Amino acid sequence: MTCDIIFCGVGGQGGLSVSVVIARAAMASGFLVKQSEIHGMSQRGGEVLAHLRISDKEIFSPTIPKGKADIIFAFEPLEALRHLSWLSVERGTVVAAMTPILNIPNYPDIESVLGEIRKIPRARLIDADTLAKQAGNVRSANLVLVGAAADLLPVPPEAIEKEVVALFSRKGEAMVQANLKAFELGRNIQHA
Amino acid sequence: MAQMVFSGDEAVAQAALDAGVAGAFAYPGTPSTEIMEYLQEHIGEAKGAGSSVARAPDGITRVAQWCSNEKTAYESALGVSFVGKRTMVSMKHVGLNVAMDPFVNSALVRIHGGLVAVVADDPSMHSSQNEQDSRLLADFARMPCFEPSNQQEAYDMTRFAFDYSEAHEVPVLVRITTRLAHARASVTTAPAKPATDLGKTTDAYAWTLMPAMARKQWAGLLAKQAAFRADADAASRLELGSKEFGVITCGLGRAYYMENEEDWAQAHGGERPSRLHIGRYPVGMGKIQALVSHVKRVLVIEEGYPYVERDLRGMFGPPVPVAGKMTGEIPLAGELSADSVRAALGLPRREGVAKVAIEVPGRPPQFCQGCPHADSFTALKKALEGEAEFFSASDIGCYALAAQPPWSAIESCVDMGASVGMARGAASVGQKRAIGVIGDSTFYHSGMTNLLDAVRHRSPMTLLILDNGTTGMTGAQPTISATSQLPILLEGLGVEKEHIRVLEAHRRAIDADVAAIREELAYDGVSVIVMVRECIEWLKKARRS
Repeated sequence: MTCDIIFCGVGGQGGLSVSVVIARAAMASGFLVKQSEIHGMSQRGGEVLAHLRISDKEIFSPTIPKGKADIIFAFEPLEALRHLSWLSVERGTVVAAMTPILNIPNYPDIESVLGEIRKIPRARLIDADTLAKQAGNVRSANLVLVGAAADLLPVPPEAIEKEVVALFSRKGEAMVQANLKAFELGRNIQHA
Repeated sequence: MAQMVFSGDEAVAQAALDAGVAGAFAYPGTPSTEIMEYLQEHIGEAKGAGSSVARAPDGITRVAQWCSNEKTAYESALGVSFVGKRTMVSMKHVGLNVAMDPFVNSALVRIHGGLVAVVADDPSMHSSQNEQDSRLLADFARMPCFEPSNQQEAYDMTRFAFDYSEAHEVPVLVRITTRLAHARASVTTAPAKPATDLGKTTDAYAWTLMPAMARKQWAGLLAKQAAFRADADAASRLELGSKEFGVITCGLGRAYYMENEEDWAQAHGGERPSRLHIGRYPVGMGKIQALVSHVKRVLVIEEGYPYVERDLRGMFGPPVPVAGKMTGEIPLAGELSADSVRAALGLPRREGVAKVAIEVPGRPPQFCQGCPHADSFTALKKALEGEAEFFSASDIGCYALAAQPPWSAIESCVDMGASVGMARGAASVGQKRAIGVIGDSTFYHSGMTNLLDAVRHRSPMTLLILDNGTTGMTGAQPTISATSQLPILLEGLGVEKEHIRVLEAHRRAIDADVAAIREELAYDGVSVIVMVRECIEWLKKARRS
C-alpha cells in the first residue's frame, strides 16, 4: 500500500501544517512516511507545495514521481491546476477549495478555473470557506478539505482527530473544536 | 535507541547533540537554517538573543549561536576545536564561499576537538542565487566529505564525522541538499555520548600556518589522502547484478534510482543493474574498478555537478561508456528527480492528468501584507521620479523582491554585501545617484567593510539600510546587533553624523522619507539612510512565542 499526496496552496494558508497532521496520523497508524516541502521565499504569498508519501514499505524518493499522486489537496483552486502532471490518471483525485486568492494581476476567470477542475475525473470541488465558517473558524478550511477526502486516506479518521487535537491544543479549546468540526463537516459531504 | 521523525536538518542537529557537541555556530541560510534553530531549542534550557547556552552537570559549557556571517561562525568553531571540544558550523552552499578562507586553511591545522562543517546545497536554486556543489570545495580543500542519502544517514554520518575528524585530525564536510534538508522521515537515534573535553591542544605549531609550519601541515594533509580514499572505498556499497549495465549513485541520487529500480528489473527479465553507492569523498578506486570491469556501460547519478562522473571519464575517456550529466542523459542544471532518473534509465515516462485548457500563471512570492520594505521602496521610487540617471544596486534578502513589478526599484542582486560595493564602485567612476539597498542582517554580514571603502575614498553614494531588526527571509532569526546601535556603528565607520538619517519605514512618513532621500542623493559624499520598522514575520513569530 502506498498513498502519495500533494498539498498545494498559497503561502500563509497553513497547507504545510495539514500535511504534518496527516503524516503524524499515518505514522501513529504504523505506516512509514516521507514528507517534503519547500520553504524560504515561497512563504511570502507565493505557491506553497508539500509532498507526503505514506507506505507500508520503504519509501525512496522524497518527492512523488509524476503521474503517481493519489490525492492532490488544493487549498486554492488555481493551484490545483498547477500540479496536475503529478496526478495519477487511473486513480488520482483532486480535492480543491473553491475560493480563489486573487493576489496576482493575471488571475484567470474563476469560473473557467473551476470549470477545468470539474472536468478532471473524480474531482471534488469543495466550498471549504463556507463550511469552515459554519465550523466556527474560516481558517479551518484546510481540515474541511482533509475531511472531504478522509475516505481516500489510508489512516482512520480517529487518528487524524487525535493529531488535530495535538497540533491545535496550544491555540486553545475553541480552535481545537473548530478544526474537529471542520473535519467532520468535510467528512459529511456526499460525493457524486 | 529512539525512533524520531526528523528533517535532514534536524537529523544533523540531533546527531551533533548526541555526539557531544559543545560549540555550534551558524548564519541563517535556506536550506540550512533549521539546523541551528533545532540546536538552540534543544541544547539547553537557557535562551538568550540568538544563542542558547547550557552548563551541564559535566561542567562543559555548550553554546549554539547565530553569528555575523559564515566566516566568523567557522572561526569560532576553530577556536572550540583548539581547546579540545567538539564543534559544528552550519551554512548554506554560498555561505561556504564567505567562509572559504578559514575553511580551506582549517584542513591544514591539526584539528583537536572534532570539527564538522555542514553545508546545505540548493540545486534548482529554490532559494539561492546559484547551485554550486560543495563536494568540489571539499576536494579543493583536500578535506573529507560525507554525503548522506537519507535522513537516517544524515544522523549516522554526522555523528560519525565527529569521530572521524578527531581520529584524522582534519575537519569533515557533511554535504546535504534541499530535498534531504527539508524532507522528514523516521530516524533511529543512538544514546547520546557525553561531551568530551580533550583540553587545549599541546601542538600550537600545527595551528600556526606560517610558511615553514604550513608546508609541513600541507605535506601531512596530502599524506592523509590515501587513507581518506581507502576509507571512502570501504564505506561505499557495491552490489553486482547485471553484466551489461551498472549504476553509480551518490547521495540522494540513490533515492531516485531506487524509486525506479523495480520497474527497470521488470523490463529486463527480473535482472537488476549492478550498483555502487558512494557516500564519501575523495572516492576510492577499488569498488569503482570492480563495477566497471563487471559491466559494459555505466550511468552516474549524482546531485549537483558531474563530479564523480568527470573523474570516471578522465581525460582519455572511460574504460566503458559512461552516461550521466556530461552526456545529457541527466540534465546538467537543476536537481535530480525520480522522473529525470527514470528517463536516464531508459524507462517510459509516466504521464499525469493532461494539461488544462487555460494558462496557469505563476504566483511568485511577494512582500508580506504590511511589509516595511514595501513602504521603503515606495519612498525610494518617488524620490527617483523624474531622475534619468541613477543606479540602484541591491542585495540578498526579501527586498530583492523589489526587482519585480510593480516595484522594479532595484537593478542588481549578486551576493551578500554586493549592493554597497557595487554602488561605491560605480560612484567612484562617476555614476550619479549610486544607491545601495541592503537589509540590516546582510549589512552586518558583509556590508560594513564595503562601507569603509566608500568612506575612505569618499565615493559619492547613498546607502539605504532597510532595518527590520531581523533576518527575515529565512524565517526571522535575530540579527547580531540591535537597531539602536546602528547609527553609532555607522558613525564609527566614519560616515558623517549629519548624513546618517534614521527614518520610519511607513507610509504615514512617506513625504518626510522622500524628502530625506532626495537630500542625501544630492549630497556629494557618503550618506546612509536607515529605514526602520520591524519585520511583519518577526512580529508574528514574537506573538506566537
